[in-house]
Amino acid sequence: MTTATTDLDRPATPPAFQEISPGRKFRNRLATVLVTGAFLVAMVPLVWVIWTVLAKGLHRVLNADWWQKSFGGLTSRNPGGGVYHAIYGTLLQGLLCAVIAVPIAIMVAVYLVEYGRRSRLAKAVTFTVDILSGVPSIVAALFLYALWVTTLGLPRSAFAVSLALVLLMIPVVVRTTEELLKIVPDELREASYALGIPKWKTIVKIVLPTAMSGIITGVMLALARVMGETAPVLVLVGYNQFINYDPFQGNMASLPLLMNSERLTTNAIGEARVWGAAVTLVLIITVFNLLGSLLSRLTAIKTK
Amino acid sequence: MAKRIDIKDLNLFYGSFHAVDGVTLAVPPRNVTAFIGPSGCGKSTVLRSLNRMHEVIPGARAEGQVLLDGEDIYSAAVDPVSVRRTIGMVFQRPNPFPTMSIRDNVVAGLRLAGVRDRKRLDEVAERALRGANLWAEVKDRLGKPGGGLSGGQQQRLCIARAIAVQPDVLLMDEPCSALDPISTLAIEDLIGELKKDYTIVIVTHNMQQAARVSDQTAFFNLAGVGQPGKLIEVDDTEKIFSNPSTKATEDYISGRFG
Repeated sequence: MTTATTDLDRPATPPAFQEISPGRKFRNRLATVLVTGAFLVAMVPLVWVIWTVLAKGLHRVLNADWWQKSFGGLTSRNPGGGVYHAIYGTLLQGLLCAVIAVPIAIMVAVYLVEYGRRSRLAKAVTFTVDILSGVPSIVAALFLYALWVTTLGLPRSAFAVSLALVLLMIPVVVRTTEELLKIVPDELREASYALGIPKWKTIVKIVLPTAMSGIITGVMLALARVMGETAPVLVLVGYNQFINYDPFQGNMASLPLLMNSERLTTNAIGEARVWGAAVTLVLIITVFNLLGSLLSRLTAIKTK
Repeated sequence: MAKRIDIKDLNLFYGSFHAVDGVTLAVPPRNVTAFIGPSGCGKSTVLRSLNRMHEVIPGARAEGQVLLDGEDIYSAAVDPVSVRRTIGMVFQRPNPFPTMSIRDNVVAGLRLAGVRDRKRLDEVAERALRGANLWAEVKDRLGKPGGGLSGGQQQRLCIARAIAVQPDVLLMDEPCSALDPISTLAIEDLIGELKKDYTIVIVTHNMQQAARVSDQTAFFNLAGVGQPGKLIEVDDTEKIFSNPSTKATEDYISGRFG
């Protein structure tokens, strides 16, 4: 018995779905190649820098003395010694800066988002913050020099460096905090008001904790950035081979400053010191970034 | 505890926009009053003006009187924060505080007002959660974040949070509109129990819900876009849904418009 093919077995219309057209396949491939290529081009200098720094400086860093001693009493012909004095300087200047800048910046952001919305003062502040975030670090350093040394007659010091870094850090932290406060839903503020909680307490206990995880990340990234700034240390403090714990008096080394002055030592020992300091700075900044993401993960909002 | 509200010639504005025109209405204590009406008729705005949440929106202001047991909450000497402590509110979308545990959410109002006594806070948390019919479901995970609960549980958590501060009045702004029918039923049952202790005002888009839960219903309407909303009629719920005195109310509840 043969089964006759009826009209019902044949599709009434040609299939509705088509293959991907050759033109689209080509464009897809082209875009993939371009995007991947751009990624590789961007990666080349990055990997190159890290490779060079590690290749030239790592051997110097893998030594306990490097982390515990200074170059105090050593000439450019003496190997050994370490950068403890410069690590201390970099961390101290960065942390002093953060202690001053972070509270100011967070309060500015709170004003902008919670109180100043659409007011003229808020607009002026936003405009100023925008300009401040575009100020080159050398300008901030020279401004501080004019204020601290020329006008007030105070000596160059690590604290002056911290103040210049404050100028660079405030706009970054204001910006990130402002964005984070804006994405805290208004429903949470209203829920809090409706419980009879005053506005300031709502901000301190509800709004800021909700945004805290992101604010910490922003602060750590900003801190990592200002610790690598070079212009302020060149202008506002002198290099010192010895350990100086006092931020208000005397010269104090920091890693960028150490690199800049050891650069002038034209022998293998000086070269190793510069690269070693470079590795150290990269490591410290990496640690701060990791610490930032760890802290933000610990303070992140949980649902489980 | 439960107090009565008398609204007298209340006009509400958003900037220059006149949103609600001349509402006069009495809300008896231990009673559920439902506000119904089409979108934009100002029922939520009126509700928010009852605990001075209206003015939280920039540019918003209120004229007229709202008397809580005879005391005007809009008089110049009154602190809006103290009004909100007395008149609690539950919002359309559940909004537990994401940084806090279930227990801390419930007692947030007390803790942020300075109550530190752990034992008392635990007692209040349990009482409020029992009051919101949520205790059995969360008693083993009070320390877990409130954001991990289902939508309906979160809304009951918000009700628990609102009653934990022992308000005199509970305002509910479409409390079930983001919930599924089962959770809605749970909240409606809860409203029936809460009215023994509280004066409740509820805004709802769901007329069956208004008919089910309320003792008194107020119908709001607006003449057109850009016109202020008005209170058209307020009466016993049974009368509004069976024999309303105005044509507009009858048209609305019978689904002929809106």
